[in-house]
Amino acid sequence: MPFALRPPGALAEDDFSAKCIKCGQCVTACPYDTLRLADTSDPIPLGTPYFTPRDIPCYMCPDIPCMVACPTGALSPELKHIEDSKMGLAVIDIENCLSWQGLRCEICHRDCPVQDSAISVEHRQRKLSKHAMFRPIVHSEYCTGCGICEKACPTDEAAIKIVYPPLVQGSIGKHYRLGWKQQRSVTEHFQPQQLSNKPAKAEQSGLDYLNSGDL
Amino acid sequence: MATDKVKLGPNGKPLRPFVMPQSLAGKIRVWRYLWMRRVVQISVLILFFGSAHWEWNFHKQPIISGDLSSSTLLDTVPLADPFAVLQILASGHTVLSKVLIGSLIILSFYLIVGGRVWCSWVCPVNLISDLANRLRKTLQIKNAFQLSRKFRYSMLALSLVLSAISGVAAFEWISPIGIFHREVIFGLGGGWLILLGLFIFDSLVLKDGWCGHLCPLGAFYAVVGKVSLLRIAFNTPTCTHCVECVKVCPEPQVLNLKRASEKGYISSGECTNCGRCITVCPEHTLKFDLQLWIKRAAAAPGAGSQQNSRKIDDTDHRRKAA
Repeated sequence: MPFALRPPGALAEDDFSAKCIKCGQCVTACPYDTLRLADTSDPIPLGTPYFTPRDIPCYMCPDIPCMVACPTGALSPELKHIEDSKMGLAVIDIENCLSWQGLRCEICHRDCPVQDSAISVEHRQRKLSKHAMFRPIVHSEYCTGCGICEKACPTDEAAIKIVYPPLVQGSIGKHYRLGWKQQRSVTEHFQPQQLSNKPAKAEQSGLDYLNSGDL
Repeated sequence: MATDKVKLGPNGKPLRPFVMPQSLAGKIRVWRYLWMRRVVQISVLILFFGSAHWEWNFHKQPIISGDLSSSTLLDTVPLADPFAVLQILASGHTVLSKVLIGSLIILSFYLIVGGRVWCSWVCPVNLISDLANRLRKTLQIKNAFQLSRKFRYSMLALSLVLSAISGVAAFEWISPIGIFHREVIFGLGGGWLILLGLFIFDSLVLKDGWCGHLCPLGAFYAVVGKVSLLRIAFNTPTCTHCVECVKVCPEPQVLNLKRASEKGYISSGECTNCGRCITVCPEHTLKFDLQLWIKRAAAAPGAGSQQNSRKIDDTDHRRKAA
């Protein structure tokens, strides 16, 4: 399925390609020359902006000049902080990722502009004869899809790539409740009222009623 | 002397064919609107290109960023193609006020200078269209089929209807105009093939096939041009119906001399204000003027004769050159 990585703040694809007037002002506004307009050979709507992270990623300017330049709102001004943008999602190919093979790399983690939130490193002990593994893991909640990791990945073909999130993201469904992950208790509907061996709390403190002389 | 063979116009004066002056200065004068148009067309593209690639700026503000669909002048004034905005609105999407203001600015501009001034003075596809016509003239190519020039209005309606149905700005998806300036300003590469196809269509299949028959943007500006201010004024008493103007006009249907005579100007919005007719007219019947003034002059009695007298010197000069 062809997909395009759009500039930060881009609306959902259908709305984006409808609102985009194909003026290229985002392209000229980008100080890193990240954005390109789609050519006739590209499988996405002609003249719309996209970027290829392995060539030039989005460096996440805090003032979001591309979005500011957009005259139509296809890049929505509702995006206030670049860290909230969702241009795509980084996905690690664990069969080719150096860190996942047991080498020390973690370049993606170190270069990530939202380090430790979007990419964390899981430390995993192994046998005594081998050193520990330091596996990078992407967290979709924080990943902006800027592609700096994809650009930085040292493998021949990047082992971490930015993709259109629906291509790789599943949906767990509402009926599963992961009790150990949730703030509110998952069993709140059938929680026992109070444990019976625990005495109900008195209205007055013990010190008061024991000394009042009523007993 | 074969004086009996000289045809007379409806005003009783003999028909004189247009003769291209031999001198370079004379030619430059005859082609004055042509080269002015080329200068404007190419300057617009160069200004966009220079701002995008050579960081051309004025007081550190980029001169004009974007392309002809939408741009920002000096980082402050928004400009936008009103037809593109209309399509986006037709597709059921709202847009920011920036682009709405921009499209109103552009719309007001063409309401003043003439709707299809866009077509002949700014649109880069005009370069292709004019080049194709040059080739046609040289190789004597005939049309492969005929198509009504009114067809463009169907294209205009179709663009808006398709935008509404599909939910995307329909014409902007395929617009060769957009393709042309994106190719020039952003250099994509693949669009040139489409433009080559357009050139072949215009040169081998149908004269002014794109600009004069199909282009919905041209149709949009023709509607705008119907009420726009700057027009080609027509001075009836001097016209001999030699039809030199019709021969050079890329939209010859607008030169309905009877209607022009009634109105005092070329009233069709399809006129592109390219000025070709003005420079070839041997009688100086045609000139640029404002619609309001033409109407006022027509209302005032005896105003027409004053217009004629001003031209006499020039006409004599042209006769000598011939």
